[in-house]
Amino acid sequence: MCQDCGCSVIPSGMVKIHSHGNHEHDRDRIHPHDREHPHEHDHIHPHDREHPHEHDHIHPHDREHPHDRDREHITLESDRRTISIAQSILSQNDRWAERNRGYFLAKGLSVLNVLSSPGAGKTALLERTMTELRDRLKSAIIVGDLATDNDAKRLERSGAEVIQITTGTVCHLEAEMISRALQQMHLDGVKLLAIENVGNLVCPAAYDLGEHLRVVLFSVTEGEDKPLKYPVMFKTADIVLISKIDLAEAVEFNRELALQNIRQIAPQAKILEVSAKTGEGMESWCELLLTKVTVNS
Amino acid sequence: MLDIAFSQARSSETPQEHTKIHQLNLRVGEISGVVPEALQFAFVSCTQGTIAADAKLEIEWVKAVCYCPECQAEFTPLDWVYVCPRCDRISREIRQGRELQLISIEVS
Repeated sequence: MCQDCGCSVIPSGMVKIHSHGNHEHDRDRIHPHDREHPHEHDHIHPHDREHPHEHDHIHPHDREHPHDRDREHITLESDRRTISIAQSILSQNDRWAERNRGYFLAKGLSVLNVLSSPGAGKTALLERTMTELRDRLKSAIIVGDLATDNDAKRLERSGAEVIQITTGTVCHLEAEMISRALQQMHLDGVKLLAIENVGNLVCPAAYDLGEHLRVVLFSVTEGEDKPLKYPVMFKTADIVLISKIDLAEAVEFNRELALQNIRQIAPQAKILEVSAKTGEGMESWCELLLTKVTVNS
Repeated sequence: MLDIAFSQARSSETPQEHTKIHQLNLRVGEISGVVPEALQFAFVSCTQGTIAADAKLEIEWVKAVCYCPECQAEFTPLDWVYVCPRCDRISREIRQGRELQLISIEVS
């Protein structure tokens, strides 16, 4: 379950991972539904599955001694006790994220987690980024959406290896999904891995994927006050990118106000302005990535 | 959260398994990103048909606390802009408020 919005209350064995580009032959064996979620089923019906015989015992017993039922209930109430736990609810995700971090370190990979609301331009940014870096850097992309592999199809034009995760009803990517996707990727020689998260400025904030840099994107068409509206996400950003700056004039975007809002909410973040369409600002952005890759590899 | 609760209810030190979870006590930070109402809503759906059915979800709300390196003091911000009340500088050091913890469960 997503702790933020409860979106995966309908627990889905619906998360699927699709290889793209150079590895079409993998496709057929990529959706073994049971294989990918063995434990999820355990989550869904633990009680029924794990105590089937208890019901068999209890019910016949009650039938023979109906008067016992109240007494049993009272006994249970008086036995009520507190078990101290003090454990982070996301500890399981955090453990997977640590595992991913170890894997990235071993592979010398620099990893971005790219986050924004739907339509802010994550895919366009990554498509242009990977195209510009093509001759200098081998890159790969993991892209998450609820459904369709449209983004993956777009991104593979950049020449990077692309894996699509379709999450079904889940509104964010989790570290374990990334770990599974990594197993299907061909990362030898790859230096930069970009993870395009599900378009959502709320829930993905809570899920560490093991990334080195968290990049939060917002477009000039969304308004200057986006950071004020979604402070939790912006407070986790290492880099804030203002995208679609080619449209700034047309939508009367107040740049100074936007910068001020970002600095107030996310004083820790580096701010860059880019247009994936015209290429403005892309050089600084790519230079920053190259610097990061040099440090990590 | 429920996975942790279920496994604790099963594996605590008492000889027999606990068969009922009556209450879960959580600590939720202001900037954990969690919306308590959404969590309560999802909790009801998720617990149906389990040993935690009808259990109460008690949420302790934890305010954000920041540290100002200039004043060498902690402060509780008034809103989302973490301005130190002493020197008006914006703090980037968050010391509390990201919690999302299952503190305890009450079982029988």
